[in-house]
Amino acid sequence: MISDKIKLQPEAIEAVVIRFVGDSGDGMQLTGTQFSDTSAMFGNDIATFPNYPSEIRAPQGSLYGVSGFQVHIGSVEISTPGDNLDLLVAMNPAGLKTNLYAVKPGHTIIVDSNAFSKKNLEKAQYETNPLEDGSLENYRVIQVDMTSLTKEALKKVEGLDNKSIIRSKNMFALGMVYWMYGRSKEHTIEFFNKKFKNKPSLIESNTKVLNAGYYFAETLELIPNAYTISPAKMNAGTYRIIMGNTATAWGFLAAAEKTGMELFLGSYPITPATDILHELVKHKHFGVKAFQAEDEIAGIASAIGASFAGDLAITTTSGPGLALKGEALGLAMIMELPLVIVNVQRGGPSTGLPTKTEQSDLLQAMYGRNGESPVIVIAASTPADCFYYAYEASRLALEHMTPVILLTDGYIANGSAPWKITSVDELPEIKNKLTTEVVENWHPYNRDENTLARDWAVPGTPGLEHRLGGLEKDSLTGNVSQNPENHEKMTKIRAEKINRVQNNIPDIKTEFAESGDLLVIGWGGTYGSLHSAVKKINEEGYTNIGFAHFNYINPLPKNTEEIFKKFKKIIVCELNNGQFAKILRINFDGFEFLQKNKIQGLPFGNNELIEEFKKLVD
Amino acid sequence: MEATTEQKYTFKDFASDQEVRWCPGCDDYVILRSMQKALPEMGVKREDVVFISGIGCSSRFPYYMNTYGMHTIHGRAPGIASGVKLANPNLSVWVMTGDGDAMAIGGNHFIHVLRRNIDLNIVLFNNEIYGLTKGQFSPTSLVGQKTKSSPYGNTQPPFAPGELALGAGARFFGRIGGNVPKDISKILIESNKFKGTSLIEVLQNCVIFNDGCFNNITNKATKEDKQIYLEHGKPMVFGKNRNKGLVLNNIKLEVVTIGENGVTQEDLLVHNAKEKDLTMHQMLVRLEYPVATGIIRSVEEVTLEEREEELTRQVKADSKFKKTDDLFFSGETYTVK
Repeated sequence: MISDKIKLQPEAIEAVVIRFVGDSGDGMQLTGTQFSDTSAMFGNDIATFPNYPSEIRAPQGSLYGVSGFQVHIGSVEISTPGDNLDLLVAMNPAGLKTNLYAVKPGHTIIVDSNAFSKKNLEKAQYETNPLEDGSLENYRVIQVDMTSLTKEALKKVEGLDNKSIIRSKNMFALGMVYWMYGRSKEHTIEFFNKKFKNKPSLIESNTKVLNAGYYFAETLELIPNAYTISPAKMNAGTYRIIMGNTATAWGFLAAAEKTGMELFLGSYPITPATDILHELVKHKHFGVKAFQAEDEIAGIASAIGASFAGDLAITTTSGPGLALKGEALGLAMIMELPLVIVNVQRGGPSTGLPTKTEQSDLLQAMYGRNGESPVIVIAASTPADCFYYAYEASRLALEHMTPVILLTDGYIANGSAPWKITSVDELPEIKNKLTTEVVENWHPYNRDENTLARDWAVPGTPGLEHRLGGLEKDSLTGNVSQNPENHEKMTKIRAEKINRVQNNIPDIKTEFAESGDLLVIGWGGTYGSLHSAVKKINEEGYTNIGFAHFNYINPLPKNTEEIFKKFKKIIVCELNNGQFAKILRINFDGFEFLQKNKIQGLPFGNNELIEEFKKLVD
Repeated sequence: MEATTEQKYTFKDFASDQEVRWCPGCDDYVILRSMQKALPEMGVKREDVVFISGIGCSSRFPYYMNTYGMHTIHGRAPGIASGVKLANPNLSVWVMTGDGDAMAIGGNHFIHVLRRNIDLNIVLFNNEIYGLTKGQFSPTSLVGQKTKSSPYGNTQPPFAPGELALGAGARFFGRIGGNVPKDISKILIESNKFKGTSLIEVLQNCVIFNDGCFNNITNKATKEDKQIYLEHGKPMVFGKNRNKGLVLNNIKLEVVTIGENGVTQEDLLVHNAKEKDLTMHQMLVRLEYPVATGIIRSVEEVTLEEREEELTRQVKADSKFKKTDDLFFSGETYTVK
């Protein structure tokens, strides 16, 4: 069953990358999540990356119906889900075919050999069976009759139909991998007990299959338990595994609690942002008002209404939804109301690649509105720091009386990572602009002279009744004004207000090198890939390469130009055709911004980056 | 919504300092004044009143009211008003809209707001034309109507706002002429009292682009013969001499004359605005002669915000999560030393 050509030596390794692939109905997401959760409990640092088709259940066995879940676990700091695989678990030929490219030569592939039927091979467009034709001889292939072994394990369990039996074969695979990496099954068994509380037969069957896989790997000693991965060195504290979208939702919960405000979400379901809605609707116990509207526009419209009435108001969406919200966003901008718009970016344009990641909404976030319409734009960089940037988006919206667009992306939104739990008490203060004081000649557009943020009086406050609107308003009274000079003045005030946010955000820092030959620049969700690539290359001796990652896009940090001056070359890496590079060119004269772009719906891989960086300094 | 206040307001308290800029002779002035006069009667505090509008002539309304208000974007007022009301259910929230704003660009929001039943008051200024963009046909313009965008006559059949609203689930629907300030005030007060989304269609004359469009219905000299003003619990009688009425003949409403063919007042239908079954209300909103005005439907049901509040109360009572820390540290966590 194991090809003898590759002999595996026991090795102590720091990190492994494992990918589970199968049909979109094979339960690969669940298998991967269970494995990563268990590893995190064990104390490993992890990063995960689910990759699934946009069809809910694409035709069985087809190449485009392959669903995958990748886990990177290690005893060192892990910042990306990894690119080259140490282990591929393929539940069918299509999964093998579409993922083989990523397996490191000499490394392990576990396949369900029962699934390599003539029919499935045809669907995966294999002319010959790769398990027999020698094409896999550079890999360590472990063929397991998983389907029949699963059936065998469940022979005596009553009340199961054939479909449920076959469906639980993913747990056989999981059991095997648990044994290989010395992981305990307990976490997953507990999970079954909770999930199938009302279906005891499913608890029994899944546990049996998990055990069967585990003991299969153990008893037959088919697989040397060669790997030992010890817990990672992480900062002391209490951690949990969190998905980016959950972290985003929780950041808003924290901001609401900190300010004592009620949280209002107006939203319309859209991939890959919907999980934020799913999460927030659960939290009625914190008084969260989550409103599923009839469309994207009503989603933001209701949030604008709630903001006017004094709630911490947010709306969540992805690229196409942001396009629909554009006009309303302009309204919130001219009315100068606090509002957070979360855009979980996906592949575009149009419907594009709904389940794949991309950073191509940056220019839409910056400029996608009629008229001069500046707003704050910030971006989260990891699944865990979605929490912090959702909080930060709320803080900036409330302190500066403006819409804030928070960009995340499908990669970090669906990925998970350890999050050092942050209590609300540890978070920075938020000073909102709410006022109830009746003063003579009060106008809604009275501004703070430093920040230019206006006062916020909400309905229910006697004596401060006022009207806002989308028409241009007089700079003093806020009444409708068509005066030409006033319009120019107001346009400039609104721009300056956003510029001054620079005084309320941190400086950009460089990592690995303060000055040198090459500065690697990224923004948003590519942090993990870029950080680990620069780290690796640095360890190889390239200490002349620095890294600066931007979370604040509009406005940019004050010291941005300073750090650019310290490097001979600058390369801007992003998952689009060069949008951030364009923004930098507009803002900073006299620099050449080289570009590294990837527009494949996938995150950067370590090796492609390292290769590029080396070329620039060698 | 209902609230009480010790302060006594007059209509002047609700007028803002802004110069009103509608065309001279527009019915919008009548509606504005009727609102300013009705508000002191409603017993709501001025600071608790919010006017939300979209785009169009009617949507200038909030600027003229000395209350809280927002003049927003085309068609989206129902969404924005929903957010205001859900954020603070103590407010009296009004949506001021027109036929284009509500039923063309905002059609989706219009039907959904009626379906949800949030306690909002929607006043629909129907003038069967686009006024602010200077005279194109609207979704209520008649077939054949000549407008700037239909010089040879409109070919698009119209919506009947009442039918659309009832079909979408409106619990309160009233219709009134744009030239009868006292009746408008009265219906506005009833709309505010009604718990749930209420919709009032005002047959509003546009003096510039569609002058006289409702003349055969609202003309003061003949309106009593052309309209039937419905009141809950009262017989469906109309006419200058109060001698005409409505009966049901097979499945159609029929106009009869009291004293003719042995018809007496007792034979007439009695208006029941609180009847849940839509059949009669649908027939009434469709009636072309006489045109039904007054409150046609008023059926209270639990509102969305009441449902939400009740759910929130229950979830809060049952939940172990009181603060975000309870959530953040719940479930599977692990400690690194």
